[in-house]
Amino acid sequence: MQKQKGLLFDSTMCVGCGECSLACKEANNLKKTSSDPLRDQLSADTYTVVHQFVGKDNEEIYSRQLCMHCINPTCVSVCPVGAFEKTPEGPVLYDESKCIGCRYCMQACPHNIPRYEWSSNYPRVRKCILCAHRLKDGLPTACAEVCPTGATQFGLLEDLKKEAAERIKNNPDTYYPHIYGLNEAGGTSVLVLASVPFDRLGFAKNLPNEPLPEYTGRALQAVPVVLSAGTAFLGGMYWLTKRKNQIAKEENKEN
Amino acid sequence: MKNGILRHLTFWKIIGAIIVGFGLYSTYLRVTLGLGATTNLSDNFPWGMWIGFDILCGVGLAAGGFIICAISHIFHIKKYEPLIRPAILTAFLGYLLVILGLLYDLGRPLDVWHAIIMWNTHSVMFEVAWCVMLYTTVLFLEFSPIIFEKFKWNWLLNIVRKISTPIMMLGILLSTLHQSSLGSLFLIIPTKMHALWWSPLLPVYFYLSAIGVGFSVIIFESYLSARVFNKGLEMNLLTRIGLFSAIFIGVTFLIKLIDLTAYGKLGLILANTQESILFLAEILIGTLIPVAILLNKKLRETTHWLYISAVFIIAGFMFNRLNVSITAISGINNAGYFPSIYEIGVTMMLVVLGMWAFGFAVKYFDVFPVEEFEENEEDEILRPDQKELLAED
Ligand code: SF4
Ligand code: SF4
Repeated sequence: MQKQKGLLFDSTMCVGCGECSLACKEANNLKKTSSDPLRDQLSADTYTVVHQFVGKDNEEIYSRQLCMHCINPTCVSVCPVGAFEKTPEGPVLYDESKCIGCRYCMQACPHNIPRYEWSSNYPRVRKCILCAHRLKDGLPTACAEVCPTGATQFGLLEDLKKEAAERIKNNPDTYYPHIYGLNEAGGTSVLVLASVPFDRLGFAKNLPNEPLPEYTGRALQAVPVVLSAGTAFLGGMYWLTKRKNQIAKEENKEN
Repeated sequence: MKNGILRHLTFWKIIGAIIVGFGLYSTYLRVTLGLGATTNLSDNFPWGMWIGFDILCGVGLAAGGFIICAISHIFHIKKYEPLIRPAILTAFLGYLLVILGLLYDLGRPLDVWHAIIMWNTHSVMFEVAWCVMLYTTVLFLEFSPIIFEKFKWNWLLNIVRKISTPIMMLGILLSTLHQSSLGSLFLIIPTKMHALWWSPLLPVYFYLSAIGVGFSVIIFESYLSARVFNKGLEMNLLTRIGLFSAIFIGVTFLIKLIDLTAYGKLGLILANTQESILFLAEILIGTLIPVAILLNKKLRETTHWLYISAVFIIAGFMFNRLNVSITAISGINNAGYFPSIYEIGVTMMLVVLGMWAFGFAVKYFDVFPVEEFEENEEDEILRPDQKELLAED
């Protein structure tokens, strides 16, 4: 937890230049998909995009979309073959050699992030990897490194949390008073600040503070209970009804 | 009259052959071009009809197998024994088709064996995968005596007979887990599903409604077999089965009603949205109409009313599974989805293959006990059909 890295994206500082999405393509060897980075959509070849929104005074707001690198990720929990992993450094990574292509990770991700290689005959799931290969060399993510305004900032998650709280405290008029990602579905390694409620910028709303894997966890915990209670019940009924039938038969004979 | 039957059968055979032909063509496209070109799935809507229909409905409709096993072998209520074989056959074929359907849906079908050695016990999908594998094996063992009998492989027959009780129990336990776990799959997307269907009780609903529909499938099959093969089941057994079906479907509905009330979601039912309309349709078709029919003693003791109620329950069940997997998800995520012609083609082919296999098995193995079907019952069950055929000539 101590050395977990993360990103702080402050949409009030973002000018919509789209440099982050271009740098991401380069750092991850992704195909070019659009000449206008602001019009692009997440896809198997696009890990992050910047989109334009309109604020309450008609001002332009720019916001990014990327994998949130959840602390207790839904994708990790749902994958039947364990192809997803939350690494101690922060990135949530996908191992294509395990994947069977059930797409439960896509179905379940609360932020609608994972994308699929639909046109391939041996498709992979694709999403932002928080530049895990760069982190290993002690480098920040490509998007944070290239950002000209500091809207995307890379650092230790704990430091970023403090920084975000600080900014809201010092400029209460600028910010909507909430750090997105602090608690959403158990928290994420990507934190977001904004001047408006976050669902207006396309972020998932109504997420519980509880990590989503807890929801299925409760059902799975019932499995051994169902098995043992079920065996006892079936065994008991089997014996009882058999015995009952026998007694009935014997009584019939006696009469 | 003979001619009529023949004409009837050839007509359906031709239709079936056309469906299978198109299904094979769809298969060819699916294999060569991949999921993107052949399905209407998208990043916004990654699970479609193959999950909603082939898997969710397929497994549910196979529930009759474990229910009848429980009634006759665990509770030792002997009079239902004639139902065992057709129910197990349906379940076995159903599961084989579910596995086949799954292979179409998986992006990497040849890697499906990964689930055997790469474990993630936190995943409901992992539980589902293991239930499918184990229960299909169990169903094979349960059905195998019929095959061994036919070919007089007595030593094998003796072995399966010896282990039959624990195998039955295992089958019931696995079914319980599997039916409910299909509902649990959706527990993890509370914010991506419409509130009319998402509930922490999803696994309970899936389990109870599967039992309800399992009974109705038995009625449905028995009626059809009586028409086509002159082999079927006694009416008074079926009447009781119909009542059980109504009870489970009714109880599922009552719990749902309490659930919706407790969470203040009742208003959503009358919200007049696409979701609310489809929800009402599901309840009307799958619960209100058939339960009303079945609770009426006179109606449920009439062959065709009983059959009609079974058709309603089965249709309503499929409606529910498709609502959970498609309606509840597509609207909220702004993902318009309607299956592609190839998705439909494959699904229809699987259904036809299932019916063919069932017909084949009934013809060549002792699935329905013929002796149950003396003059008087025949009168009762065959009359409408005979009339129809006679009229056709
Ligand atoms: S945002 Fe989605 S894909 Fe990214 S870690 Fe969280 S659950 Fe996984
Ligand atoms: S698609 Fe692959 S990575 Fe995603 S849940 Fe299925 S097996 Fe796991």
